[in-house]
Parts: sequence; structure tokens; C-alpha cells
Amino acid sequence: MLCNICHKNKATVHLTEIINDKVVELHICQVCAQLKTEELSEQMNMSDFLGGLAGDIDGHEEVYSLKCPSCGLLYGEFKKKGRLGCGECYSFFRKQLLPLLKKIHSSIRHVGKTPKAVDKKIAVKATIKELKLSLSRAINLEEYEEAARLRDIIKDLEEKEE
Amino acid sequence: MFESFIAHKLSWLSGEGPESNIVFSSRIRLARNISDFPFPSQATIIQNLKILSKIKSAYSDIKGLEDSIFVDMDTLSSLDKQFLLERHLISQEHTIDSKGKGLIVSRKEDISIMINEEDHIRLQTVTSGLDLKKCWTTLSDIDNELNNRVSYSFLADLGYLTSCPTNLGTAMRASCMLHLPALILTKRINKILELLARIFFTARGLFGEGTQAFGNFFQISNQVSLGLSEEEIIDNLIGVVKQVKDQELGARETLMKKYKVSLEDNVWRALGILKNCRLINSKEALSHLSILSLGCDLGIIKDIDILNYGQVKKIINSLFITVQPAHLQKIQGKSIKEEEERDFIRAALLRERLEETIE
Repeated sequence: MLCNICHKNKATVHLTEIINDKVVELHICQVCAQLKTEELSEQMNMSDFLGGLAGDIDGHEEVYSLKCPSCGLLYGEFKKKGRLGCGECYSFFRKQLLPLLKKIHSSIRHVGKTPKAVDKKIAVKATIKELKLSLSRAINLEEYEEAARLRDIIKDLEEKEE
Repeated sequence: MFESFIAHKLSWLSGEGPESNIVFSSRIRLARNISDFPFPSQATIIQNLKILSKIKSAYSDIKGLEDSIFVDMDTLSSLDKQFLLERHLISQEHTIDSKGKGLIVSRKEDISIMINEEDHIRLQTVTSGLDLKKCWTTLSDIDNELNNRVSYSFLADLGYLTSCPTNLGTAMRASCMLHLPALILTKRINKILELLARIFFTARGLFGEGTQAFGNFFQISNQVSLGLSEEEIIDNLIGVVKQVKDQELGARETLMKKYKVSLEDNVWRALGILKNCRLINSKEALSHLSILSLGCDLGIIKDIDILNYGQVKKIINSLFITVQPAHLQKIQGKSIKEEEERDFIRAALLRERLEETIE
């Protein structure tokens, strides 16, 4: 049998792939198999990379079972897929995400465009509320450095609001 | 579907605009999510369908989108999806699991919105040459209009919230498509790619998977989206792209000075193959078109009337897209499963188009 990809060499590798929910049998040669493996490892890069970054900072296994109250995403699922489930995830997993964001972007402070005025006020109010929650959580856990940082941001936002 | 698309040339391949010899096009996309809905991957089909209809009813009176078309991805054949992918209107991800996914595309194909891809909204504009500022003005206006109609998921300190944390903040990805044959021929490209990565820019091959770059096209884009304003991201990218463009010009000069005969040989052989082939796959076609395009830029192909230069470039540019499998099948008006038959039709198309242009 000839290779399904290059149609030139003899097929020696037999793969089963699921494409669009359909099982596809692939019979390919050594050369194409090598290329295919590289392609697959490239596809995996992003979530591996994110997972790896997050892995450094998670510490305890318990965080994997933290569940976003709004969309139901487990932190462990985020680690596997590299994707969050909803906007609330950013507030709920904030503590875990901030170090990750810092590694990706070297910053954790948005300075770009903001939504239109009406939206903006609501967004700022919502943010302040979220941040105050995080602040009291930080104080309870005696994470004073984080608490000081949050306090500054809240103060900053409240001043802007006025 | 989309038969009418084939007739009109893609404006971003017109070969016009600043620096368009090397910087073919500029593109910016914004990711936006609608508040109070889970992101597409975590949402139910019903929620995604709701988002789809929300955006469908919101866009039509927005300036710039008046005569655009709305496409329900679930109604498309795999050939149609491939065709849209080849025209850079959708991503690979948007071709799979199509239920609840949509696309809005302007008639000139310079503005498009993917609905329920990784995020609820992926808004993009594209233009010919190095003109990111024009892209941004257009895009930001449409973004504002859309925001008047739907409310976005946003936190003041983290910016626009996105499914993947790598897009957070401005949620903006600005990119330029560069044709870099001389950097490849002189083997300087790897060094450049390495340097780009070090200063947080991504470069990837445009055609082909991953880092492979058929046709010597590369897409350079910003990696960081949080902590910088949109204008800063754009300015940084313009700076980097100009650098890479200068490197390519330098490499072209080296080729002309040191390896003129061998370069001319390459160019004439490319033209010879394109004008005479009977079977050719898309990878080979793209690589010869790239060298031919370089030959035109450097004045090696002299038989072209100088007045027709722009026209010739346009034909070569549009062939970069039309030699791809789904485009060939669309032009033929039927699906062609056999690869060899496509190679045959591709060869015929190249001979015909190049015969008209180059004597």
C-alpha cells in the first residue's frame, strides 16, 4: 500500500485520527509520519506551555479542584486546555492567574482602550467590587504584599471614578 | 456558495500601499466577549446560538458592514470552509465543530468577524501594504459601534477578557505579511526569527503548517497584549517590520551583487517551470511564484513592459491564493478529490495566466 499523504513511498505506519467527529484511518510512510509527529507536537505547544508556566506557581494539588462558580470550569481543566471558561474565571482564579499573566505579558495592568463611557462605569464598579473581595481574601490569608498592591489599584480606580 | 468571491481580487493582495513589494499586507484582529455569557468552548450549543443571533441582529447597520454577508458556518460544505480559510477570512479552528459558529464578511473582504471561534467575537481588518494605522482606525470604529449594541466582558485592571490569557488586555493581535525570499536564499532568516522571538514578536510561515513557510511568506505579529496600549503595540510592530524589510532589501542587494547569475538562473527556471508545467502541486507552485515575484522586483524579468509592472505583480499576487486546492476547485465549479487532477488543473491555470502577461 502506498502512503496516503505523499502517494510515493510504501505505507509502514498506521494511524487512527478523529477529524470532525469521524474516525479516519491513515496509512503513511516513515517520512510523512515524522512530519506528522512534528505537526502534532506543534499543535500541543500552547496548552503545554501555559500549563508549564502555571505549574511552577500552583504549589498545591488542591487548586486543580477549584471550580469557577459561574461557568463550572475546574482550574485543572484550564491547566490542561489553556483556556478559561468565562469572564468570572479571571476574578475567581485571579490569585493563580496573576503570576502566569506576568510571565506571558510582563505586566498585569491594562493600559489600552476601554469600552464606551456607559459600559466603562459599570466595568470599573464591577472591578472595584471584585478587587475588594480579593483584598479581604488576601488579608485573611495574611498576604500583605498582595493586599497592599490591591489597595493601591482600588484607590487608583476610585479616584478615577470620581 | 461564494462563487462571486472568486471574480473579485483580494484588495489586500493588490500590491498597492506603502512598502508593498515586501510587506504585502497589514492585519489587525480584536477579540471580544459578550458579558454574562460563558466563552464559546465552555458554553452550551444553545448559549452559542444565542450569541450568534445577538451579533447577527447587531451588525447590519454598522458603517463599513452595510453590504456584508452573514454566514452560518454549519451550513457550509468542507470545500467552502477550506476556501474561506485560503482567503484568510477564517482560522483552522473555525472550520471544525461548526454548530453555533458564524462569519460576517464585508463585500471587499477587508473586514470580517468570526463569531464563536475561541472568543465570541474575532473582529479583523486587513489592508494592502504596511498600513497598520489605517487598519486600526477602521477596526476601532467598528468595535465602538458594536459595543454600542452589545456589552463586552471587561475588567478595568485586566482589560478585555479573553478565553486564552495570552490575548488578555487589548486583546489585539496586529500582524504583517512579509515576502522574504532573499532572507531565505541567503539563509539569514533563522537568525531573524530568533531575534524576533527574543523581543516578544512571533513570526510564522503563512502557508503550510507551523514554522514551514511555502512561498517564503511570513507573518510577524505581537505576542504581548497586556500592559501596552494599542498604539504602542502598532508602533512597535511597525518598527520591527521595517527592520525586517530592510534586512530583506539588504539580502536582495547581496544576491544581486554576489550571486547575480545564479539568482537569474533561479528566476528564469521558475518562470520556465510555471509556463510549461503539466502537473504541479501547490507547494512547488508557491515556491516558483515567490522566486518569480522576486525576479520582477529586481528587474531580472525584463520582457515585462514597465507600464504593466503593477498588473503583472497583481497577477502573480493573486496566483498565490488561486493555486491553492479549494480555490482551484471553486474556479472549476466542482469538487476534485484526486490530487493528480488538481495538479493538472493548477498547471493549466498557471500556464494560461502567465501566458497572458509575460512574453
